[in-house]
Amino acid sequence: MDFKFTEENLAKIEAVRKKYPASKAAVMPVLYIAQEQNGYITKEVMDEVAKLLGINSVDVLGVATFYTMYHTNPIGKYHVQVCTNVSCMLRGGYEMLDHVVKKLGIDVNGLTSDGKFSIEEVECMGSCGTAPMIAVNDDYYENLTKEKLTEILDSLK
Amino acid sequence: MEKILLLDIPNYHRIDVYKEHGGYETVKKAYSMTPDEVIDEVKKSGLRGRGGASFLTGLKWSFMPKTTDKPKYLCINGDESEPGSFKDRQIFERNPHALIEGALIACYAIQAKAAYIYIRGEYHNWIQMVQKALDDAYEMGLVGEKMKETFSTPYECNIYIHKGAGAYICGEESSLMNSIEGKRPYPRVKPPFPAQNGLWGCPTTINNVETISNIPSIIKNGWEWFSKIGEARHPGTLLFGVSGHVNKPGVYELPTGVLLTDLIYNYAGGVPGGKKIKCVIPGGSSMPPLRGEQLEGIKMDAESLKAAGSAIGTGGVIVMDEDTDLVRVLARITKFYYHESCGQCTPCREGTGWMLKTLNRIARGQGTASDLDLLVDVAKNIEGNTVCALGDAAAWPVKFMITRFRDEFEKAVKREIVIPAANKVHSMRNTALPLADRSKS
Ligand SMILES: Cc1cc2nc3c(=O)[nH]c(=O)nc-3n(C[C@H](O)[C@H](O)[C@H](O)COP(=O)(O)O)c2cc1C
Ligand code: SF4
Ligand code: FES
Repeated sequence: MDFKFTEENLAKIEAVRKKYPASKAAVMPVLYIAQEQNGYITKEVMDEVAKLLGINSVDVLGVATFYTMYHTNPIGKYHVQVCTNVSCMLRGGYEMLDHVVKKLGIDVNGLTSDGKFSIEEVECMGSCGTAPMIAVNDDYYENLTKEKLTEILDSLK
Repeated sequence: MEKILLLDIPNYHRIDVYKEHGGYETVKKAYSMTPDEVIDEVKKSGLRGRGGASFLTGLKWSFMPKTTDKPKYLCINGDESEPGSFKDRQIFERNPHALIEGALIACYAIQAKAAYIYIRGEYHNWIQMVQKALDDAYEMGLVGEKMKETFSTPYECNIYIHKGAGAYICGEESSLMNSIEGKRPYPRVKPPFPAQNGLWGCPTTINNVETISNIPSIIKNGWEWFSKIGEARHPGTLLFGVSGHVNKPGVYELPTGVLLTDLIYNYAGGVPGGKKIKCVIPGGSSMPPLRGEQLEGIKMDAESLKAAGSAIGTGGVIVMDEDTDLVRVLARITKFYYHESCGQCTPCREGTGWMLKTLNRIARGQGTASDLDLLVDVAKNIEGNTVCALGDAAAWPVKFMITRFRDEFEKAVKREIVIPAANKVHSMRNTALPLADRSKS
């Protein structure tokens, strides 16, 4: 399946390129724009990004696969990220993860069959002082308890 | 004590409020000085970097070549991914204009053409806050083209935000530059150092967000004022993040040299249930941990913590009470470094994996006493043998946790109860395989 940027996104990309003296540098912001449009990063997306920036496809692949926030497989409409790193773990991070796994009925890195939810166990998100925490897409939910977590997940349905 | 960064002024993040309180006046003062005078002021203030290594900021700035035809750059490091560290986020949220004004002054001092503020991608909402502040500053002609008119100077520079995408290694300065350049963010072999060969091969300075945000106050009030706050050899305030087993976790801005016990018991409200402390990591997960019974009298600054056998790092204090299972803690920390290793050098890539495997074995109740020696051995083989300091960051917790808490680990290898192992690791960093070959993990 071919991938083409929308006119609107092409304009955004033009603006982003101006921030850097070399077009290769725009690859990260452009991948974000692509991911927003397409949901996740496919081979076709990478090829298009490469073509647009005049760089090698394999260089785009190298970048897209290095970072945890570029998704090369589909993720849910609600991507639930649970931190289990040390500060969160000390305050119940793993209990939160278990709770999310049970509640959504999928494993870590799984995706519900209706495409609504996916779960990721993440490293420290910079919320150690308000642990335990989860993030759903771009939004942080902190100082969690199981009850609060249930409420949040229920509100997403 | 007066605060420098997290002031108790409502809506200080707004440009109108910031300006009402004298904001963006200091940059004018800086422009009335020569760049060298600005650098000198920062040098004399004794400001040390807040990103982990506590290097003297003015000295770092003075490494930038004066005679060069190449453009120069400033990178501001807001990657903030060290577990236990969550302080820069407070600046993005509550004082973004000090960061922007600091960036303007720093750029002038080193004569940079542009500054890139690198912010971790997970901080999406905080990026929006800084972006809003930056847009407002641009609109008022404080940054970019219109600066010449606003400040009647021949000097202008631009400030951009670069959004990370989830990789701790991008906090390492050379990896950060590769990330901005759009390359796979592998740390570079040094030398050459960034001041000679940085962004796009041009002279570059890299400073932490908190470091840069301190600059306006230093230029405004003078080096003497700053040098008198806190400890003489590491002056100023620090944003201490306290997390783990405390009643009031959070970020506390306090002068350097505050007692660790004061920080934990008075500011962070002590340990829940009045329990004893087993272990404290004073500066982010990679710093050598201290035993609970040794905390008395330890001051929080680079020199004092070094003397106490640890390091100030990012000032991220992680507190663990007497019931904490240190094997699980160490396994989790090691899992982090294993996951975040960029995979470029063998000791780090393989060593972190070995250590994790061994620790998980111990956590399952299947360890032996020789495993402990093996762990320390592997850690020592990583330390100092890698391209970047992530290797050391992975080795230190293992080496120091096991040597300082040998009793705990001895107990663990002798116990028979089986406790659940840490979760399965999915590492994204190994290789960039063609998509068709990637298993759906
Ligand atoms: C693996 C690794 C991760 C790092 N992460 C950060 C970070 O998130 N933020 C930061 O300011 N410095 C980080 N540093 C330190 C930077 O490389 C650099 O020393 C620092 O940004 C310099 O700023 P300063 O002189 O103001 O402290 C990291 C270093 C290493 C080795
Ligand atoms: S020490 Fe680890 S993170 Fe640093 S360059 Fe080597 S493999 Fe990469
Ligand atoms: S450890 Fe979970 S946010 Fe820092």
